[in-house]
Amino acid sequence: MAVLVGEDTRVIVQGITGREGSFHTKLMLEYGTKVVAGVTPGKGGMEVHGVPVYDTMEEAVEAHPEANTSIIFVPARFAPDAVYEAVDAGMRLVVVITEGIPVHESLRFINYAKSRGVTLIGPNCPGVISPGKSKVGIMPGHIFKEGEVAIVSRSGTLTYEVAYALTKSGIGQSTVIGIGGDPVIGTSFTEALKMLEADPQTRAIVLLGEIGGDMEERAAAMVERGEVAKPIVAFIAGRTAPEGKRMGHAGAIIMMGSGTYKGKVEALARAGIKVARMPFDIPKLVSEVL
Amino acid sequence: MKLFEYEAKQLLAKYGVEVPPSVLVRRGDDVRSKMLEAGLEPPVVVKAQVLVAGRGKAGGIKLARSIDEAVEVAEKLFETPIKGVIPRLLLIEKAVEHDAELYTAIVIDRSERKPVILASRFGGMDIEEIAREKPESIVRRLIDPYVGLRQYEARMIGKKIGLTGKALASYAKFLQALYRLFTEYDGELAESNPIAVVEDSVIPLDARLIVDDNSLYRHPELGGERIEESGEYTEWEVKARKAGLTFVELDGNIGIISNGAGLTMTTMDLVLEYGGRPANFLDIGGGARADLVKKAVGFLLEYPKAEKIFINIFGGITRGDEVAKGIVAALRDLGEIGKPIVVRLAGTNEEEGRKILSEAGIEAYTDPIEAVKKVMQM
Repeated sequence: MAVLVGEDTRVIVQGITGREGSFHTKLMLEYGTKVVAGVTPGKGGMEVHGVPVYDTMEEAVEAHPEANTSIIFVPARFAPDAVYEAVDAGMRLVVVITEGIPVHESLRFINYAKSRGVTLIGPNCPGVISPGKSKVGIMPGHIFKEGEVAIVSRSGTLTYEVAYALTKSGIGQSTVIGIGGDPVIGTSFTEALKMLEADPQTRAIVLLGEIGGDMEERAAAMVERGEVAKPIVAFIAGRTAPEGKRMGHAGAIIMMGSGTYKGKVEALARAGIKVARMPFDIPKLVSEVL
Repeated sequence: MKLFEYEAKQLLAKYGVEVPPSVLVRRGDDVRSKMLEAGLEPPVVVKAQVLVAGRGKAGGIKLARSIDEAVEVAEKLFETPIKGVIPRLLLIEKAVEHDAELYTAIVIDRSERKPVILASRFGGMDIEEIAREKPESIVRRLIDPYVGLRQYEARMIGKKIGLTGKALASYAKFLQALYRLFTEYDGELAESNPIAVVEDSVIPLDARLIVDDNSLYRHPELGGERIEESGEYTEWEVKARKAGLTFVELDGNIGIISNGAGLTMTTMDLVLEYGGRPANFLDIGGGARADLVKKAVGFLLEYPKAEKIFINIFGGITRGDEVAKGIVAALRDLGEIGKPIVVRLAGTNEEEGRKILSEAGIEAYTDPIEAVKKVMQM
C-alpha cells in the first residue's frame, strides 16, 4: 500500500530543464518512477531524458491526463507560482523541493492547496519515496529497501543516514517522507502520522525531528491521546545546538526558550515513544518494537 | 534581518500611524542644532539604535529633561556598548506622557500556518514576562492569510485588551498598519512594545520588525543585511555570512562540515557522543558544487578554533564528486595549513567522489562511526 506515492503515481516535473530538475528526472526514471511530463515555461517541445516538456501545466495534463503528482524544482522566486499552477491543474500531491521560499508565500500557497484538498510536501524537502514502487524526490534510491517501517523527517540527509542504517540491518521501509526544514510546511508530523497509522503496509514509524518549533511536541500529544497505535522510534537532532542561533534550516532555531532538545525529548518520552541517542541506534530500537 | 526602531517607525508612519516627533542623529552630528532644526523640545528620550534585544535594560534608552542634558546623554551613548554593540545612530524622540502601556506583536504560528496576533494590556514587559506573570491577559488571534486582518478583528482585539471609544478606534487603525507592515515586508515578527495610550489615541513608543531573510531579494530598499550591527554574530560568523556560508561558531576544537541542517547538527551530536567538542556548525546545504565545498573547507582551514576537520557528507541532491573536487581544490590551495581532515562520504555519486579523493591521497570513510573514531584519534 504505502502512502502518498506508489504504483499509480504519475509525475510531472516542474522546472525539468534546470540543472537539478533534469538530473533528478534522470535518477527518478532510473528508479522506476513514472515521470510522464515536464514543464518549463518557454521550453515546450523539448525532451529531457525522453520526457516531453510543455510550457504550461495545463498542456502537460491535457497530453497526460493520468498525471497526479507534481515535483517542483523551480527557483525560489518562481516556485510559489508553480505551486498554484500544479494545484489548479488538478494534481493530488505537490512536492516542493525548492529551498529559500519567503515564508509568507508558503503560508499562502499551503493554505491554498489545503483548501482544495491537495497534499503538499515541503518546501525545502527531499520528497517522498515508497521503496520498490516510486520515488518522487531527490534521495539516493539505492539506500532504500521495500519493507514495513515508515520514516517521517524534517531533515533530508539525516533521513538518508537512517534509511541506510535500517536497510543495512535488513529493515525495509514502506514510505519515507521528508517533510522539509522550513518553519512553515505543507504536511506536519501529525498529518504524516495520521496517514501512516492508516497504512496497512506500515508496522512501525521512525520520526526524525530537530530543534525549533513544536511539531514534535504535537506529535507526542497525538500519541498520548491514543490516536497512533503503531510503535514509534524518534531521534531529535541538535542536542548540542545553542539557543537563539539558526542552525541551517530556517525552522531550526530555539526561540524564547521553546523548541529545545530537552523539551522535545521529554514530551516524546512522556508519550511512551522510544528516543534514540544517536541515529545509528535506531535500527536496534526498531527491531525491538517490530 | 532585523530593522532598526527608527526604520520600523518610518514605515508605520508611512502607513498612517502617529509616531512621536523625533530626529535621528549620527556620531559627529551637532545634536543641539539637529534638535533645534527639528523643533524638538524636551523632555526627550534618547535611544540607541541597536538591534540587540533588551536594549532598555542594557542602558540604551535615556530620558533627558533639557537640550543640554540630551546633548550630554547622546555623547555618552555614542561611547557605550549596548551588549557589545556601539550605536552608530541615536533616535531622539519627544517623550510621550501616557496613561497606560499596551503590548502587541504579530508572528507566524508555525503549526497553524497562519499569522497570529498577540496582544496584552500589560505593555512594557517582554512577552515571556507577560506570559509568565499575566498569562490570562494575552489575547491570541489567528489571521487568515488570504483575507488578512479584518477591521472588526482589530476592534475586537482592542476591546479585549481594555480599550473603548476613540482610543479603541485609534488602536484598530494602528493594528491594521502593523499587520500591513508585517505582510508587505515579509515579517517574521512585527512588534510594538510599549504602545502608549494617550487620552483618545495610541502611540507606539517602540517598534520592531524582523524581515524573513528569504524575502530580501524583493526588498532592495532595505539595503541588505546589517551583519555587524546586529550584535548577533561573532567575527567568524560575520566572515562566513559574507562568504555565503551557513556557519555557527561553537566552543570546541573539531571543525565540522556537513550537508543539510539535520545531518550537520547530528554530526555535532555525534562528535560530542564520542567525547569531542564541535568548533562550529557549517552546513553546505543541498546541491553544493565544488566551488562552495572548496570555500567551506578553506574557511575551516583558516578558522583558528578548528584544530582538525570532520567532513560528513551524505549525498542526495549533493553529489559526491562535486564534494571531492572541492576538498581536493581547497587542500591544493591551502594544504600547507596542515590540519588533519577526515572525510566520510555516502550517497549520490559516492563512488566517483571516492575515486577523486583517493587519487589525491585522501581515504574516505563510508561508516560515520568509524570516521568519528578516527577524528578522535587524530
